[in-house]
Amino acid sequence: MSKRVVITGMGVAAPNAVGLRSFEHALKNGTSGIRFFPELEDLNFTCQIGGKPQISKELLSNYFTPLQLKGLNSSGIIYGVISGTDAWKDAGLEIGDEKSPDWDSGIIFGTGILGVDKFREAIYLIDEGKTRRLGSTSVVQTMASGISAYLGGILGCGNQVTTNSSACTTGTEALLMGFDRIRSGRAKRMLVGSCGDHGPYVWGGFDAMRILPGKYNENPKEASRPMSASANGFVPGSGAGALVLEELDSARERDAHIYAEVLGGEVNSGGQRGEGSMTAANNEAVERCIIGAITNSNISGNDIDAINGHLTATNRDSTEIRNWIKSLGRKGSDFPYINSLKGMTGHCLSASGAIECVASVLQVKNDFLFPNINCVDIHPEIQELISEERIPRQKTDTEINILAKASFGFGDVNAVAIFKKYIA
Amino acid sequence: MSEKEIIERLKKIVEPYVQRSEGLENFQEKTDFLNDLEINSANLVDVVLDVEDEFDIEIDNDSMEGMLTVGDAKSIIQDKIKAE
Repeated sequence: MSKRVVITGMGVAAPNAVGLRSFEHALKNGTSGIRFFPELEDLNFTCQIGGKPQISKELLSNYFTPLQLKGLNSSGIIYGVISGTDAWKDAGLEIGDEKSPDWDSGIIFGTGILGVDKFREAIYLIDEGKTRRLGSTSVVQTMASGISAYLGGILGCGNQVTTNSSACTTGTEALLMGFDRIRSGRAKRMLVGSCGDHGPYVWGGFDAMRILPGKYNENPKEASRPMSASANGFVPGSGAGALVLEELDSARERDAHIYAEVLGGEVNSGGQRGEGSMTAANNEAVERCIIGAITNSNISGNDIDAINGHLTATNRDSTEIRNWIKSLGRKGSDFPYINSLKGMTGHCLSASGAIECVASVLQVKNDFLFPNINCVDIHPEIQELISEERIPRQKTDTEINILAKASFGFGDVNAVAIFKKYIA
Repeated sequence: MSEKEIIERLKKIVEPYVQRSEGLENFQEKTDFLNDLEINSANLVDVVLDVEDEFDIEIDNDSMEGMLTVGDAKSIIQDKIKAE
């Protein structure tokens, strides 16, 4: 029989808050983490704003040894280690120094690209003929699996320890991969999540694609406007989110705090066929992904109280809503509540799925919907599809029993996870 | 530069890499980087880079391979300073 999987710990390093408690506070208050960066102005970026978690030196020293901090220049590792370590501790799990690792615990922690700033350092040294000056951590800070490797060593995990990568679905996909591993009985606990580096070398390619807003450099907090008529591109972000998934029996045995249950989910691809392409989703694939998630969670579309969408603040937002309507068979005032975290954090790219899963689970656990900030002018196409009150613009207290979380990514890949309130 | 000064400066350099702090209490020529100080072997290249910066010298791969103890490091540093 398949095991039931619950969430027993969470951690987050988001542009608008670092740490779970302050993140929940920021969610409820609709706090924006989008800031102007003079560096991007100097580099002639069109979009000179973005989202970076604010991390002090003091905070760093709580997570890394002085030796680890020496030459550490990989923002993704910093965010990932902070969120992952926090999630582990939040779950009440020990960080042991036994000679043997914890064979029942594993890690699936994804990223899009890792250690970009460290890689830049290396490139300069190599081009100057100074390869021997790279030092010993150039590899581990820039290999994609650097993040799972750092966390694996800090936490001492002995089950599968790996990194997945699927653009902006990465975090939600990691969650579903960990879910599968526990459900099939091959691990008791999986730390899942994703991280993403910050800065011009990550964001530049998107700026070049002209899909980032250039009009909000003077008022960054208003720039990220999912579902609004005035949305004109996503604001790039960074950070990390982490969740400890655990087999229900194991969580009960150790009397762990349970945030919510993962009922199921689906991942698929549109094969870049039909309207699908490297950068756009095939709608049939999105619908199949949503329906698949509902089916394997043994629920119906009518059971969904709220959706945490992908909704990046581009012209694709109304297409996403249309796909939800077709998949759930619900529209107008019958449509579930829907929100997008990206109004507050921007689009944290490979980290977005995990940060947004954390936000989703907090809403299920504590029965609230965070506000869709900046959505003062709902896009007319969306207004025709669903009732305005389904898009909360203020923090709303309401019972959330089941929430669907979707993430879509470049490469025409999709992931949908279903979270349910856990009642002991 | 006196031998004592070189060893003092060396001690400061290796300190962050040391995993067995007892080894530092009795830091002398015989002290072995891997066995007595339990420095991770991957970190030896970082120690070498820090030594290069501190003494403004260059330590080639062959010299590095012979650098197992504090005494080895001291001799290599002395040779390189002389050769500069």
